[in-house]
Amino acid sequence: MSRLLATETRILIQGITGREAIGMVRSGLDYGAKIVAGVTPGKGGQEVYGVPVFDTVEQAQAHSPVDASMISVPPMLTRDAAMEAIEAGIALVVITTERIPRRDVAQILEAAQRRGVRVVGPNSLGLIAPGMSKIGSVGGSAADTARAYSPGPVGIMSRSGGMTTEIASLLTQSGIGQSICVSMGGDPIIGSDFADLYRALDADPQTQVVVIYTEPGGSLEVRLAEYLRRARPRTPGIVFIAGRFMDEMKGVRFGHAGTIVQGPGDSAGAKAELLAGAGLTVAENLSDLPRLVGEALARYPAEGVGS
Amino acid sequence: MRLYEYEAKKLLQTCGVPVSQGRLLDSPGPLPRDLPEGEWVIKSQVLAGGRMKAGGIRFATGRAEVEAETGRLWRHPIHGMLPRAILLEERQPVAREYYCGVTYDPYLQRPLLVVSASGGIHVEQGDGPVGRVSLPVLEPVGDFLARRALVQVGVASAELSPLTRILVSLIRAFFQYDLLLAEINPLAKLEDGSFIALDAHVEVDEDALPRQQAALRGLSIESDGRALKPPTPFEAEAAAIDASDHRGVAGRVVEFDGTLGLLIGGGGASLAAFDAVRRHGGKPANYCEIGGNPSVAKVASLTRLLLSRPGVERVAVIMNVVNNTRADLVARGVVKGILQAGRNPAGALAVFRIPGAGEEEAVRLLRFYGVEPCTRAVTIDQAAARAVAAWRGAGA
Repeated sequence: MSRLLATETRILIQGITGREAIGMVRSGLDYGAKIVAGVTPGKGGQEVYGVPVFDTVEQAQAHSPVDASMISVPPMLTRDAAMEAIEAGIALVVITTERIPRRDVAQILEAAQRRGVRVVGPNSLGLIAPGMSKIGSVGGSAADTARAYSPGPVGIMSRSGGMTTEIASLLTQSGIGQSICVSMGGDPIIGSDFADLYRALDADPQTQVVVIYTEPGGSLEVRLAEYLRRARPRTPGIVFIAGRFMDEMKGVRFGHAGTIVQGPGDSAGAKAELLAGAGLTVAENLSDLPRLVGEALARYPAEGVGS
Repeated sequence: MRLYEYEAKKLLQTCGVPVSQGRLLDSPGPLPRDLPEGEWVIKSQVLAGGRMKAGGIRFATGRAEVEAETGRLWRHPIHGMLPRAILLEERQPVAREYYCGVTYDPYLQRPLLVVSASGGIHVEQGDGPVGRVSLPVLEPVGDFLARRALVQVGVASAELSPLTRILVSLIRAFFQYDLLLAEINPLAKLEDGSFIALDAHVEVDEDALPRQQAALRGLSIESDGRALKPPTPFEAEAAAIDASDHRGVAGRVVEFDGTLGLLIGGGGASLAAFDAVRRHGGKPANYCEIGGNPSVAKVASLTRLLLSRPGVERVAVIMNVVNNTRADLVARGVVKGILQAGRNPAGALAVFRIPGAGEEEAVRLLRFYGVEPCTRAVTIDQAAARAVAAWRGAGA
């Protein structure tokens, strides 16, 4: 698949008969997503809004080729579902389930890495290519999604699902559309991170600016800074970091599971300094984003971020 | 979920880690009659590190001294916590101290074995070489990986075999019990040449409790009542509201000392809103987080609780453009809570900003009560600025 998500992306939903998944099927189909099949072991033969349900991924693939799978199953069953998708060689696996044991997540990610499968999540709200397709509950109903997201040149990647939509809406209000927006999940260990996704967005012809939302805790930004210095992408990036107040409150968790200041390097202030040093523009206020994005669009293609 | 030292040792022992044998006192009172004379280490069992510096570990010689020190420790809070139990261990003649630990490395996104040849309190100072080896998660961990870490820190060949056995046992415990952290510090070499874990720090993955609960109960390790920082009565009440029904989150509250009540969400926007309130000079009474479409009753109870704090006249409600949560349900809960508290929504609501699903309904309801909510054209920080202005107007 050349792009993370496009109109023609054929989507499988594992756990399709669950309450949340059913809602995602409705909003996805309404939005235009090509949901071709679902899997729930023991419920083969049923349908969800006309989408056929199978007992195994293999059966679903025999019915229709699949480019991406979204997994929405209970936490203790997620590893098995993900392994089934990875073993089937599905190129993109999006995990929306939260509270999966860390050992299971580590196993999923290692298996995916060996098979060259891209994982988004866990605890992801999904991803969206505005006007084309979406996977997961990102944006809510199709009508609400269309109000917040609009097609255009800005790629968004975010550790918060809610902030993915908030930032898209802020840009849409200013007449600036989005190319691909990814809710990465706020857990301590996740699949695709800022560095992976920046690379994918830099390679996407539609994307001209990247907007990043992040928080204190973890070291994804260290990998991002290394990537920017090494690869010097042409797409300029802007980062907004919430949770400044946490810098004085070491060891207390706020919001997402991975959002906790543990060392001197993972505070909001330290991340701002690191990423500014690696060539990104740091937005002090959310309200500054439309103006900063406008300025960055004028700079595209950049000489090379990170120099 | 952090374990007490005595629990951590019991757990590691089941996987073959040699640990110091002690006597556990689970309530104040006279010492066991058969406690021998000799030199003892007396350790406060609290869920906190840095016990030595905080006076939670004492040394005593003879029964009389042990009795006196134990009595003192029962009343001595460590980082605000009184001991759940006291562990008595015979003092061992230590020749050398090592450190070893396993945890998930956020950078590599894999478990990492860390070994240091200078253990004890020296680890924090970062003295000496440190061995780091990333561990596989899909196949069994080979002994050679433990040896690799030990050789990196210059462990003598004669010590390699016994230390490898301990490291491999530690790694086994890490995987078998779904641990997030398994740490032995110090791992002591005694003067007789044997090795023993003198202290251990273990954290169990709470998300794995559904499959670990039975094994932990078998070791008499219960999962409730382990808050690292005891909640304030206000925080405890909010947590009770959140637990009252399973729909959504509304009650994960941290108390601050200001007077502007905050009802904010979700996970990310709550951080952005809190920052923005402070940047505009507001003094929050609390942090909190709502999301996942909480019930009207839950939001109402939480609103009432926020307004019950002395000095809190105004509540600001700020969320991102919502994906799943319904704005109208939150609006109904907020209005209900304000009315139940005997206040007027037009005065008590500093700002209401929840664009997205159900916003038209929310607007109708709030206008009925004389409140003009913000649309999505008002950003989170602009909404915060309005809230702070209203809060100032209330004479905060």
